[in-house]
Amino acid sequence: MLSEEERKEIEAECALYEHRRPATSEALKIVQRHRGWVSDEAVKDVAEILGASADEVESVATFYTLIFRQKVGRHVILICDSVSCYIMGYETLKEHLGRVLGIELGQTTSDGRFTLLPNACLGVCEQAPAMMIDEDVHGHLTPEKIPDILSRYA
Amino acid sequence: MPVVMDAYQKLLEQARQAVAEKGESGKAVIQVGSATCENAAGAREVLQEFRKHIAASGRSDIAVRQTGCTGRCSREPIVNVMLPGRLPVKYDRVDRDAVHEIFTKHVMGGEPVAERILDAHRHAPPRIEAMFCAGIRCGRAQHLDFAGLFRQLLAEAGVQGEAVNVIEANCFGLCRTQEMGNATHLLLRPSNVIYRITCEADVRDIVNVHIKGGKVVERLLTTENAPIGKRFFQLYGDVPFFNRQSRIALRNSGIIDPESILEYLTYSGFEAMAMVLDRNDRQWVIDEVTRSKLRGRGGAGYPTGSKWKLGANAAGPVKYIICNADEGDPGAYMDRSMLEGDPFSVLEGMVIGAFAIGASRGFLYIRAEYPMAIKRIELAITQMRKYGLLGENILGSGFSFDLEIRLGAGAFVCGEETALINSIEGNRGQPEIRPPYPTDAGLWGKPTVINNVETFANVPVVIIYGAEWFSSIGTEKSGGTKVFSLTGKVAHTGLVEVPMGTTLREVVFGIGGGVSGGKALKAVQTGGPAGGVLPAEWIDTIVDFDTLMKAGSIMGSGGMIVMDEDDCMVDIARFYMTFSQDESCGKCTPCREGCTRMVEILDRITTGLGTMEDLGKLERLGKMIKKASLCGLGRAAPNPVLSTLLHFRKEYEAHVLEKRCPSNRCKALAKGAAAPAAH
Ligand SMILES: Cc1cc2nc3c(=O)[nH]c(=O)nc-3n(C[C@H](O)[C@H](O)[C@H](O)COP(=O)(O)O)c2cc1C
Ligand code: SF4
Repeated sequence: MLSEEERKEIEAECALYEHRRPATSEALKIVQRHRGWVSDEAVKDVAEILGASADEVESVATFYTLIFRQKVGRHVILICDSVSCYIMGYETLKEHLGRVLGIELGQTTSDGRFTLLPNACLGVCEQAPAMMIDEDVHGHLTPEKIPDILSRYA
Repeated sequence: MPVVMDAYQKLLEQARQAVAEKGESGKAVIQVGSATCENAAGAREVLQEFRKHIAASGRSDIAVRQTGCTGRCSREPIVNVMLPGRLPVKYDRVDRDAVHEIFTKHVMGGEPVAERILDAHRHAPPRIEAMFCAGIRCGRAQHLDFAGLFRQLLAEAGVQGEAVNVIEANCFGLCRTQEMGNATHLLLRPSNVIYRITCEADVRDIVNVHIKGGKVVERLLTTENAPIGKRFFQLYGDVPFFNRQSRIALRNSGIIDPESILEYLTYSGFEAMAMVLDRNDRQWVIDEVTRSKLRGRGGAGYPTGSKWKLGANAAGPVKYIICNADEGDPGAYMDRSMLEGDPFSVLEGMVIGAFAIGASRGFLYIRAEYPMAIKRIELAITQMRKYGLLGENILGSGFSFDLEIRLGAGAFVCGEETALINSIEGNRGQPEIRPPYPTDAGLWGKPTVINNVETFANVPVVIIYGAEWFSSIGTEKSGGTKVFSLTGKVAHTGLVEVPMGTTLREVVFGIGGGVSGGKALKAVQTGGPAGGVLPAEWIDTIVDFDTLMKAGSIMGSGGMIVMDEDDCMVDIARFYMTFSQDESCGKCTPCREGCTRMVEILDRITTGLGTMEDLGKLERLGKMIKKASLCGLGRAAPNPVLSTLLHFRKEYEAHVLEKRCPSNRCKALAKGAAAPAAH
């Protein structure tokens, strides 16, 4: 079930267009903003409110890497694996983060605190290697800086 | 339409008053950068720390202000301290301790903290800085060597070098009124006057009257009051990284407060838009943009004027304009910086484009990974609506236009224009076969013009300064400048804006300070995953769309990655190929299957399992993918492999024949690694 608030936001999005379809990805993002991810049930609910089929909505949802179809942790870490980060030490950093968190790319820590995902480019190449946690970008990363940064996210 | 100009003048007056009331003039101003990169480096804490210090000092004549990123990113956070009547001083890598020292010694005590000053400029600033324009046109006058004469006269007058620093800087943008080759411009700071020098007597007067006498030489003042680069050079001209650049698209970045429409107005903001609406002549706008030789900065370099003409001529009353801010190229972040540092310029360019093609609605498609840019653009749109610069009947002109933001969701291919349209329509963001081109049938089947962020940011300059001036910068076929994000193994990483036609050498060594860590340059990569790798011997290649294409790379959107002897070209090629494989939308077979096959082969080679036959296979596959793919992603995906095969074949051969990685990068081939199993 979509919450009242989710419904309202999705309707506001729909009002911008002649048809309801263009609001699909926005609607999915609205749900994700409220719940952290998009469940199978949410896909169906979104389809219903948009008057689309669940398959149509699903095909959009699975296309975009930043629409999460699996439960994610309280904080999402996007580690940048673009070329600048790659040549400036991405691999060491990735291995280190994986070890500290005890997870691999694509996984969530068992306490549900962090999900670790790769990202094609965060656009802060001048401070490579970099990562983004929620909406904060952290640059010039070295393994030594990791514990302090992580400690800021409960 | 006098009503438009009246409305604009009124706004401008209001803005000037508001800025004056804010009352920064006469105060000590501390400017702190505020952008994703600045904040990642700790700028927010720095700002708070300064605020605390000011509060504790109890002084009301000290102001702090925020600005976007100037592009000197590896030294952030950057803080600019401007005391009345003194040269502005920039500090780099500022942290809590630095704030305390800068505040007590410099802001309160008036003595700059020399050791903390940005870049090589680590000595106390001089009393006066004299900047000679060495741009292409002023430069023609350099056989007259006014700068040399100036230095000589200073020495004769007994003025010490510490008191007056003489710099040769890049173009201030004054050349539109200047006769080629017999005049030079000189900017004197901190008085911020610009003189036009044509003979020896002029130089003598400046030394005697201004430097020694402290009075302005009225007869030599330029009549132009606002050359495009003046404010930038006033603030940043002493830093070599900056003074060799030509700031046009980035004219306001690092200077204005990106959250204040009023401030933007006082920097010629919306002047171009008012001019366009006042003339009310679409054809004129399209002609100007065409004659300026502005070409799309999104990668393909399509002439903007021609695209707008197609959009304007397309049939039907409903048309759309879209700004492509999806910036997915790994290694590129120019657009983010522009959106964060000067959002109004981009939006102003969009409104002008909308007017030119007759669109009443637009979209700005921006990637979700850029939360700060999104916030700044949202704020800019809200402010523009409030002041009647977006919406119904803009500035009373009768022209109505409004726009919406659409967020991407992490798919590189959505930057391709037909995929982007699909994404806005709410479908999977997959490309479509062209034709039809978006200018004929784009968003919801209606004629649609799509341009890149940087393309739009240049448009107001073309209008205000004229097509002639704009096209005089750059090469015969590409007018203006290009912004590069210079990253990788280079001493000064950051944003670099140079005229088209500048050599890679000037960018990497002249501005970027050369390879970091004293290693040898191996290659420069441009164009991201669609581009190529140029070897060190090609460092004198000039940057422009056609030349880079001929050299086997492309200009692309502006990523420029410097690689040194530690970087393995086979590994880099594999990296890009993997990227394209990951990002391929899977719609067409050549790209989907072909990229996968190429990655497999490259994986074999980098783990010591490759054969010489594989090299031929890579070439054949690459050519096939380029020919048979549906969209630009597939058609360009093999470029990094093909260009490294062309320029670095020996490295491939070492991996295959000797099972050795010459750069020691490929782990499987490292000394001591287990010998690779044979097939
Ligand atoms: C795979 C792919 C990705 C692209 N990504 C971008 C992008 O992120 N930003 C952009 O402006 N253009 C991108 N383009 C180019 C656009 O298709 C289009 O040419 C451009 O936005 C037109 O604007 P311009 O004429 O001002 O350059 C991409 C093209 C391809 C094939
Ligand atoms: S070339 Fe690649 S990205 Fe483009 S449509 Fe084909 S599969 Fe999709």
